[in-house]
Amino acid sequence: MYRYDTVDRALVRERVAQFRDQTRRFLDGDMSDDEFRHLRLRNGLYIQTHAPMLRVAIPYGLLSSEQLRTLASIARRYDRGYGHFTTRQNLQYNWPRLEQVPDILAELAEVEMHAIQTSGNCIRNTTSDHLAGVAADELEDPRPWCEIIRQWSTFHPEFAYLPRKFKIAVTGSPEQDRAATLVHDIGVHIVQGANGERGFRILAGGGLGRTPVIGQVIREFLPRRHLLSYLEAVLRVYNREGRRDNIHKARIKILVRSLGLEEFTRRVESEWRLIEDGRLELEESEVERMRGYFQPPAYQRLPDIEPAAGKHAAFRAWYRYNTVAHKVSGYRAVYVSLKKPGVAPGDATDAQLDLLADLADRYSFGEARVTHTQNLVLADVQQGAAFELWRALDAAGLATPNIGTLTDMICCPGLDFCSLANAGSIDVAKLIHERFDDYDYLYDLGEIEIKMSGCMNACGHHHVGHIGILGVDKSGEEWYQITIGGAAGAMAALGTVIGPSVPKHEVAESIARLLEVYVDHRRDDERFVDTVRRLGVKPFKERVYAATAAA
Amino acid sequence: MPRRLLRDGAIVADDWHVAGDAELSDERALILTFAEWQAERGRWLARAGRLGVVLAPADEVERLVPDLARLDLAGADFPGPSEGRGYTQGRLLRERFGFTGELRARGAIRRDQVFFLARCGFNSFELPDSELEGGAAALATFSAAYQPSNDWGLKAKLAHR
Repeated sequence: MYRYDTVDRALVRERVAQFRDQTRRFLDGDMSDDEFRHLRLRNGLYIQTHAPMLRVAIPYGLLSSEQLRTLASIARRYDRGYGHFTTRQNLQYNWPRLEQVPDILAELAEVEMHAIQTSGNCIRNTTSDHLAGVAADELEDPRPWCEIIRQWSTFHPEFAYLPRKFKIAVTGSPEQDRAATLVHDIGVHIVQGANGERGFRILAGGGLGRTPVIGQVIREFLPRRHLLSYLEAVLRVYNREGRRDNIHKARIKILVRSLGLEEFTRRVESEWRLIEDGRLELEESEVERMRGYFQPPAYQRLPDIEPAAGKHAAFRAWYRYNTVAHKVSGYRAVYVSLKKPGVAPGDATDAQLDLLADLADRYSFGEARVTHTQNLVLADVQQGAAFELWRALDAAGLATPNIGTLTDMICCPGLDFCSLANAGSIDVAKLIHERFDDYDYLYDLGEIEIKMSGCMNACGHHHVGHIGILGVDKSGEEWYQITIGGAAGAMAALGTVIGPSVPKHEVAESIARLLEVYVDHRRDDERFVDTVRRLGVKPFKERVYAATAAA
Repeated sequence: MPRRLLRDGAIVADDWHVAGDAELSDERALILTFAEWQAERGRWLARAGRLGVVLAPADEVERLVPDLARLDLAGADFPGPSEGRGYTQGRLLRERFGFTGELRARGAIRRDQVFFLARCGFNSFELPDSELEGGAAALATFSAAYQPSNDWGLKAKLAHR
């Protein structure tokens, strides 16, 4: 993985000093709440319902075991013994004390981590494929490019006060797209050009939130030396022309829509023509230097084996659902499920983080990844070690065999923590776990993505859930609007609202009825979302509301 | 007492005036908004004193370019703490249009914005009096940078790879 040199190290240390000074001035009363808000927000620090919330950046979701131990140690000493992994592959602490945040940042800096630009109207953490470098369907490892983008976007002096937040995602497997690039402000696809040359397809204007939009291609092929100049051109057009008068119309998707794709693209291209040969042009030696940090680990030559054979059913289920193919024979990528019934989706305790650090060292070359679906991955596990690893994970509550199933839900912190939320999400996740605790039934249903947000801001990506759940406030009560047919990935689509929202205690039952329709009508191995696409919303809607009308 | 500001890293008295200042005479250096400049361009050009124009966020920097050679000062206004268009205006004035005069930032800026503004080309900063010393120190907030910019307003050269 990427390791800091003197430049990186100087920057994070100087950032800690700067933020320490800003915090001191605020606590001394030299700065107003509003002035401090603009500064702390550029460092991932929110003032939440109960306490400050600190969001720590995990660039493209990649963590070393040393970093995991530090995250555990901070959770234990500065928080209440846990952290929450987010859909931007970051980690949030829910209970730090404001005056201790500079110390937390100083400890993070010691392990090459920070909270820079994890909130605020600036370029956020660049996200990517959690199977980068190990997926067989990958054209090229996207992580060197992610790191190149991370560095360019970090403390970019021109783009620190954008109209609104700005999110970039990169995938080296555009056919699969495990990074949800189509719902990002900019999506970057590594592609092969006509003459075999590698480059990028650039998409812009995607995003969720109040007005969900699927991103559109603004350039089919960009030679790779121009990646940064092109991004700079997009950001410059956005910084100049994006709306600043209305927070709900400030994302780049609104600019793309109001100008039209053609005109937006024309403006980007004409800006880019003026800077393409400038100092942002990437030299091949720099790309090679970055690639050097992401070389394959020292894999052993191993045959593929079937480690589940003869083992008991619990292991077999886990191996089938929580591990996936690896491009190197004899290895698997292992999902660590953070979706245990009764636990807030995406939460991990300090002890679990410490354990994962040990397991990463023992079984996966000392690294782990965070998925945007709020699980972790140990990407380079020998098939022969899977059983031992499973036992260790299972003993720690980290082997719930539900990856890709209904209960592998994406869920924002909701009303329990977030001051923006209209309704709870964590307790709805709990109710769904309770209602669907029969694994045979879950496995029979196959791949279903439930995504849940406690408000319009859509941190839980509900628009692109096969089943999306949005918390709404109805005269002080928590109600939930349900959408179906959404999808992230290469076939990204926005879900359709099935009808009026339902009260909290009816959410799980409504889902059960949606699934009945699916089971009645599915053809062969058709997934839930494909049945919805084939049949449309109508039969699902009828079943959900017929029962209510009859009652 | 004339107001003080931060210019080229030093706290100095502001030798510029704005339209409507009581002490304004024909020889005094005068800063106009782009709207004022546009409205009575001929009148301003007839003055003996130096001229400066500060852009509002929505003013297109390109529209000032034909007049840049007549100006000793250009600038950007930051009406609120989340305004960011001036950063682009500054970079374009320095990097694309070759402006070498004083580039001034004014409005809702504090010491915390000074470093990035200086990287974008600004070398003078209208800060509240209580922010001037902190603003001068803020020019050394970081010793390095990842991305190229003109860094016009910084005193020391940043480390790059």
